[in-house]
Amino acid sequence: MNKNLKEQVLRSSGVNVLKCMRCGKCSGTCPSYDEMEYHPHQFVYMVEKGDIETLMKSESIYKCLTCFACVDRCPRGVQPAKVVEAVRLAAVRQQDGNRLSADQIPSLLDEDLPQQAIVTAMRKYAK
Amino acid sequence: MQVNENKEFQPLIVAFCCNWCSYAGADLSGTNRLNYPTNVKIIRVPCSCRVNPMFILRAFQRGADGVILCGCHPGDCHYTSGNYFTRRRMTLLFSMLDFLGIERDRTRVEWVSAAEGAKFAATMNEFTEAVKKLGPNRRLEDLRCRKQ
Amino acid sequence: MQRIGVFVCHCGTNIAATVDVKAVAEALSHEPGVVISQDYQYMCSESGQNLVKDAIKEHKLSGVVICSCSPRMHENTFRKAAASAGLNPYLVEIANIREQCSWIHKEIATATEKAIILGRAAVAKVHLNTPLTSMESPVVKRALVIGGGIAGIQTALDIAEAGFDVDIVEKKPTIGGKMAQIDKTFPTLDCAACILTPKMVEASQNEHITIHSFSEVEEVKGFVGNFTVKIRKKARYVDETKCTGCGLCTEKCPMKKVPNEFNMGLDNRSAVYIPFAQAVPKVATIDPNYCMMLKNGKCGVCSKVCSVGAIDYKQEDRIIEEKYGAIVVATGFDPIKLDKYDEFAYSQCPDVVTSLELERLMNAAGPNGGTLLRPSDKTHPHTIVFVQCVGSRCDDSKGKPYCSKICCMYTAKHAMLIREKYPDTEVYVFYIDVRTPGKNFDEFYRRAVEQYNVHYIKGMVGKVTPKSDGKIGVQASDLLSNEQLHIDADMVVLAAAIEPDKTARPLATMLTTQMDTNDFFTEAHPKLRPVESATAGIFLSGACQGPKDIPETVAQGSAAAAKAIGLLCKNSITCNPCVAHSDELKCNGCSSCEKVCPYGAITYIEKEFRMPDRTTAIRRVASVNPAVCQGCGACTVACPSGAMDLNGFSNSQIMAEVDAICK
Repeated sequence: MNKNLKEQVLRSSGVNVLKCMRCGKCSGTCPSYDEMEYHPHQFVYMVEKGDIETLMKSESIYKCLTCFACVDRCPRGVQPAKVVEAVRLAAVRQQDGNRLSADQIPSLLDEDLPQQAIVTAMRKYAK
Repeated sequence: MQVNENKEFQPLIVAFCCNWCSYAGADLSGTNRLNYPTNVKIIRVPCSCRVNPMFILRAFQRGADGVILCGCHPGDCHYTSGNYFTRRRMTLLFSMLDFLGIERDRTRVEWVSAAEGAKFAATMNEFTEAVKKLGPNRRLEDLRCRKQ
Repeated sequence: MQRIGVFVCHCGTNIAATVDVKAVAEALSHEPGVVISQDYQYMCSESGQNLVKDAIKEHKLSGVVICSCSPRMHENTFRKAAASAGLNPYLVEIANIREQCSWIHKEIATATEKAIILGRAAVAKVHLNTPLTSMESPVVKRALVIGGGIAGIQTALDIAEAGFDVDIVEKKPTIGGKMAQIDKTFPTLDCAACILTPKMVEASQNEHITIHSFSEVEEVKGFVGNFTVKIRKKARYVDETKCTGCGLCTEKCPMKKVPNEFNMGLDNRSAVYIPFAQAVPKVATIDPNYCMMLKNGKCGVCSKVCSVGAIDYKQEDRIIEEKYGAIVVATGFDPIKLDKYDEFAYSQCPDVVTSLELERLMNAAGPNGGTLLRPSDKTHPHTIVFVQCVGSRCDDSKGKPYCSKICCMYTAKHAMLIREKYPDTEVYVFYIDVRTPGKNFDEFYRRAVEQYNVHYIKGMVGKVTPKSDGKIGVQASDLLSNEQLHIDADMVVLAAAIEPDKTARPLATMLTTQMDTNDFFTEAHPKLRPVESATAGIFLSGACQGPKDIPETVAQGSAAAAKAIGLLCKNSITCNPCVAHSDELKCNGCSSCEKVCPYGAITYIEKEFRMPDRTTAIRRVASVNPAVCQGCGACTVACPSGAMDLNGFSNSQIMAEVDAICK
C-alpha cells in the first residue's frame, strides 16, 4: 500500500472516506456502472484500504461521467465522484502516463455532443 | 507562596471542583492512591458554574500562585448546562488576566469526570509543574494580605 | 460568638498513617471560635458519632467540623448525628483529609500541613454557615399524560391502576396513535387493532382516567408536585356528551372528498367524520376546512339528521385549567416527509408508498378492504421492492443521523405477509444492514428469508423511475455479486425514517425539559434514569425519547408510570435547602439570572417596598422557587448586583475558604 498516494488522493479530493457506511447507493445510482471495472463504492473502499495503484491502472477512472449523481444521493455525504476524480488526477500526474496523444483527439470529438471535458469541468467547479 | 532558600519554590494552588464530577474524580484518585503534590488544595462547589470569577481573583490577591477550575465534561453537567456557562465566563476572565499580564499557565479549566481519577492526578501534577516554572505570583498578590 | 467543635478522624490508619492527627487537632484548636478539638479512631462509628453528639450538648456547639473522609461518603451520617443532638444539620462541615490528603501524599510533614489548612478552611466556612431547613412542598395527586398513543395509554392505565387520577390529552379526535394504523405487529403477527382497541376501551371506561381528545396543552406553569396546566379543547362542533357515535351524519354529509388522514390520504372521508370504527371516544368531529356549513353557511345536513341534536356549529375552543403532580410526555413519532428524496419518485408516482401507507393498504379496514392493490390502477402488484434506511443514518444535510430502529423488522413483516397472502409476488428488500436485536427478532427475519423466500439484497436503490407502461424502473446495486440491478417493479415501498412529533419542541419549551438536536426528549441519565427528564416531575414515555418498537414503548410507558406513581404516592416532597435566594433589596430586576436558570426556577414579581422617606415603591424583583431550584449556582455568578446567593455555598463562605487556604 502506498501511503503517500493515499494521502494525495484524500487531500486532493477533500473526501473523508471513513464516512462511508457501505450502502452502495452510489453504485445503485451510477449511469456508467456497466462500463466500469471498479464501481463507485469500490473506489471509496479501495481508497480507504490504500489500494490506489489498481484503480489508477483501471479504465474505470475514464468511464466516470462526473455526473455527480452519487455525490447528490450519498446519504452520508461521502462524494464518491470526487474520489474518482482524485484518482484520475493521480494517474494524470504520473510521468509518461499519457493515455492519448494530441493528434488522436480530433478523431474522438463528437460534433453532436458537447465536449465531455467542458461539461465535467463546469460540474466540478460548480460543486 | 513559600520561598525558602534551601528548598525549591512551592506554589500554592487552589482547585475548585464541582461536586458531581471533578470532586468525585479527586476522591477517586485518592481511592486509587494516585499521588499529586500537596500544593493543591481543593474547594468543593456544587457546579463549576458556581465559581464566580471574583473567587479566582480573590485567590490571586491572597497569594495563590495558580488556580484551576474543574468541572464535568461538556454535555455531562449534572445541572445540564452549568459547565457551558463556566466555559464562557472563564474565557472572558482569562482574556482579562492576559490583558493584565498574568501568565496564561497560572489559570486553567479542565473537565474531569467522576471516573477520571488518573486524569485528575495527572492534571494536578502537570499544572503544579507549570506553575512552579512560572515562579511566585507577584503581580496580583496584595502584599497587605500576606501573612507575617 | 461562634462555638465550634473540631473532630479529627484517624480512620484506623487510613488517615493516621500519613497525617499526624494529634497535631491537626492541636493546630485547629487555636483557630478562632474553636472551643473543642479532639481526635478519634473512627468518627463514623457509633461511639464516634456519640462523641460529636455529646460535645454538641456539653459545649453548646454552634458549628461542627469533621476532618475525615470525603463528604460524599459520610456528610449525611454526621448531619444526622448533629440533628439528633439538636444542632441544625447544615451547620456541619467536612474537611476531606483522607481521599484528598492522606491517601495521595506520602510525607507526613507536608500531609499534616495540608490537613491543617483543609481543616482551617472548613472552620472558616462553618463560621458563616446558616441553619437551613428543608422545605416541604405538597403533591397534587393527579397525573397528566400528553399523547394518547400506546405509550400514553399504557402509562395512564398503570397510573390509574395504582388509584390515581390521570388525564390524557390527545390532539387527534381519537386516542390510539400510530399503533391504531398498523395492520399486524412483529414478531408474532397478531393484529394491532385486536390488542390495542381493548386497551383504548379500558382507558375510556376506567373511572380514574379522563380523556381530553382533540385537545392540546396550551400552557404549563408550576413545578414538581404542583403543575398548573391549561388545556385547549379544540372545537369539534359536536357536543361530546350528546353524540352517540351512530355515524349517521358521516353517511349523510354531502362533502365526501376530504383526504382521510387515518388511511394516510389513500382514500377520502366526509367533512364530519369519525376517524375509524373503534375510535375512542366514538364521537364525530366536523372538519372546519371542508364543512360547507362552517365555510359558507349552506348545508346543515348533519344537524338535521342527528337524532340527539349533538351538532353545534357555534362551538368554540375551550380552555380548561387543571392541577397535576406529575406530567408524562408521550408525544410519539411521525414518519418524515419524503419530498426531498426525488430519486425515489415518491411525489411523482402513487405506487411508490411509505411503509405506513402500505400498512393501511394491507389493513382490512383500509382503503382496499385488505386486498393489496396498487393505488394507481387498483391492480395486483407482482413485483414489490422495499427500500431500507430512507432518510435514516444520513449525513445531517441529507436526513436523520440516527437509525430509526423499527424499519428492519416491519419490512420483514411486510415482506412475509405479502409472500404468504400472494405467493405469486416477488419481494425484494434492499438493505444496508439488517438490524434485528430483540427477542425472537432475528428468527423472524430469518423466517422471511428461509421460509418465505424474500429476496434480501445487500445494496441500495439509487434511482426509481416511473415508466409509461405503469411499471416502476428500479436501479440498484447488488454489492455482494458486484453488479447493478434493474428491476421492473409494480410497487416500491420506502422505509421512511421516523422523527419526533412536531408538537414536541414547543412542548419541551413549555415544560422546560431538554431535547437533543433531533428533537427527541433527553432522559435524565441515559442508563440509570431512562424514563425521567432532567426536570423533576416530568417523565418520558415511548418514542418521544427515541425510536422504539411497541414492546419497548409499552415497557417504557409502564416504567414512566412507576416513576410517576412513586411521586404521586408522597404527600409532600422534601426539597434540597441548598438553593439560590435573592436579596430583594439589591435586586434590580434585570432578568440575567432568569436567563441562565436551566430549570425555570426564577420568576419575577412586582413587590411593594417601603422607601426611606416613608413612601412606597413597586419594584420588579427576582424570586426563586425553592422547590424547583436544584442549587447549581449559575444565577449567582450571572447576577450583576450581587443579589443572588446560594445557601450552603454562599459567596462569603467560598471566599472564606479561599482566604483560609491562602493564609
